[in-house]
Amino acid sequence: MRQSMASFGFGERMGRGLHLAFCAAVLIFLIAPMLVVIPLSFNAEPYFTFTEGMLSLDPEAYSLRWYRNVIEDGIWQRALGNSILIGVAATAIATTLGVLAALGLANPAMPGRGFVTSLLISPMVTPIIISAAGMFFFYSRLGLGQTHLSLILAHAVLGTPFVVISVTATLVGFDRNLVRAGASLGAGPFLVFRRIQLPLIAPGVISGSLFAFAASFDEVVTVLFLGGLEQRTIPRQMWSGIREQISPEILAVATFLVVFALLLLGAVEWLRGRGRSGAAGGE
Amino acid sequence: MARPLRSARLRAAALTLPLVFFVGVTFIAPLGSILVRSIHEPQVADALPQTLASLEAWDGTSVPSEDMFRTLATEFRLLDEQRKLGSVATRVNRLESGMRSTMLDTARALGDADPDSWRDAMIAADPVWGEAKAWLAVRRAGERFTLRHYLNAIDLDRDASGNIVAQPPDRRIYLPLLFRTLGVSLVISVICLILGYPVAYLIANASPARSNLLLLLVLVPFWTSLLVRTTSWIVLLQNQGVVNDLLVAIGVIGDEGRIALVYNMVGTLVAMTQILLPFMILPLYAVMRSISPVHLRAASSLGATFRQGFVHVYWPQTLPGVAAGSLLVFILSIGYYITPALVGGRTGQLISNMIAYHMQESLNWGLAAALGVILLLGVMLLYLVYNRLVGIERMRLS
Repeated sequence: MRQSMASFGFGERMGRGLHLAFCAAVLIFLIAPMLVVIPLSFNAEPYFTFTEGMLSLDPEAYSLRWYRNVIEDGIWQRALGNSILIGVAATAIATTLGVLAALGLANPAMPGRGFVTSLLISPMVTPIIISAAGMFFFYSRLGLGQTHLSLILAHAVLGTPFVVISVTATLVGFDRNLVRAGASLGAGPFLVFRRIQLPLIAPGVISGSLFAFAASFDEVVTVLFLGGLEQRTIPRQMWSGIREQISPEILAVATFLVVFALLLLGAVEWLRGRGRSGAAGGE
Repeated sequence: MARPLRSARLRAAALTLPLVFFVGVTFIAPLGSILVRSIHEPQVADALPQTLASLEAWDGTSVPSEDMFRTLATEFRLLDEQRKLGSVATRVNRLESGMRSTMLDTARALGDADPDSWRDAMIAADPVWGEAKAWLAVRRAGERFTLRHYLNAIDLDRDASGNIVAQPPDRRIYLPLLFRTLGVSLVISVICLILGYPVAYLIANASPARSNLLLLLVLVPFWTSLLVRTTSWIVLLQNQGVVNDLLVAIGVIGDEGRIALVYNMVGTLVAMTQILLPFMILPLYAVMRSISPVHLRAASSLGATFRQGFVHVYWPQTLPGVAAGSLLVFILSIGYYITPALVGGRTGQLISNMIAYHMQESLNWGLAAALGVILLLGVMLLYLVYNRLVGIERMRLS
């Protein structure tokens, strides 16, 4: 790139400067909102803006009071418990069913692949308000309204497309001769899966399940429609906080969620790197 | 030869079967129940069976017979005892406003005593019972299967004689809202393209280390909770928020002149653009990364200016990414709910918010379902286009 730029004149170099400035502005627009939340969550005052004390870096202006409030508050504790329970159960279902389906879809003999793929991905592409409304009608008719079970099933089905897509992606470069070789040496299908396929697709399985968990952990609309007081999750509690009495406790929770997102992103990126080197080793 | 192939096909299909079944039960069936709700409304029919049976023979214009008045009054009384009259009255009221109070007042006025003339007693309670329109409303509300929710969803209705007519101007809200949603989605897609294209270009042409770092800046918001991002925008944009404080501090506006940046359409546009921008940058980046810089260099060595090289060589090659990103952002915008609900105030609401309103507040589930089916059909249509252009299974997650 630098070489090609050298051949352009002064005008182009100015254009390049403008381009960089524009990109910097856009990237700040993308990142800044979340960064503003983090320092404000340490605000000693119940305001959503920087106080003069904060700007002059007066230690008195900073405090952990909102964090203490959140940690000690039984409502947030229960919300975290619900989020983890629903997220883990939904992810377990989504991962199990999603991996099996991805193995089937990757098989060249799979009949009607296009249609089945669209069907399996449809929960991801349907507007959430429609899915949630339909599930509300469906589960209340079954008498499952306001239960953890209905939310686990809802989040599981919303999470399956992530597992299917990321496992399918790791199977794209998969050499089916390995399966045939295993089978010809007398291994049954289950042994072939466990010893040959699973180690190769493991990065895809794990990152797919992280996606599914993250989706469940951030999902609020189905909780609004299907959940009652007993099923309140962290996003649901934040929703009430934002709508009813917005307090800086929300910012403390938001900071926690930003850190959580960074951890998940780190894990997925690390797995992606491993998946690439794993696939390269397999070829 | 045919046997092993067939068994391989069966084995592949058998692996997908558990998930197909699961999606069928927990997702497709709920969507089916929306479809059913949008055309099937049996509550009034179940509540007033005898009245509706007697109304079948009625000519639709004259004042009904004494018998019909008695049947209706008796059924009202029964419903009142079961405490169901209110919900039935609400449904009739959707067809003829005023009927809710008419029905509740009538039931109260009739009390427990049997009058000599049911007709006189009911007309005394509310003169509207002497007009055909009250009875027509009851008859129409009693249809088990109806397309009126779809008519209402596109601002149409049936008049007393069954012709399809436009709603009165003050009740035409759904088509304008639909167009507003499409317009907002289009604006957001265009802004995302304008903001995202140069950034994707920068990332695709940077050195690997810098490219990874920049990509991370795009992925962090992508992974961060939607509610966190929406909260951040409230914090930034509200009246006493960071942006307004900053503008006051540097003297652009006075302390009284704080700008309303949130709880309106501005809030919806700004927050949705930031939230959807990664969906534009990532597909653009994927396409741009595969374009060799040699092409541009060749153009410039042949004497093309940067602008010519860009317009004739680079831009055409990025069109698949432009189409994929724009379409994805557009599709996601059309169905957006959470962000407009939290930062949109009264003027920044989209079609999904109207569906939620009818689901949770007006409890007009039939209309919510019809609006949902229309939105779903629109989104499915756009995905078909997306699938042809990009391939749905190639949708990338990161």
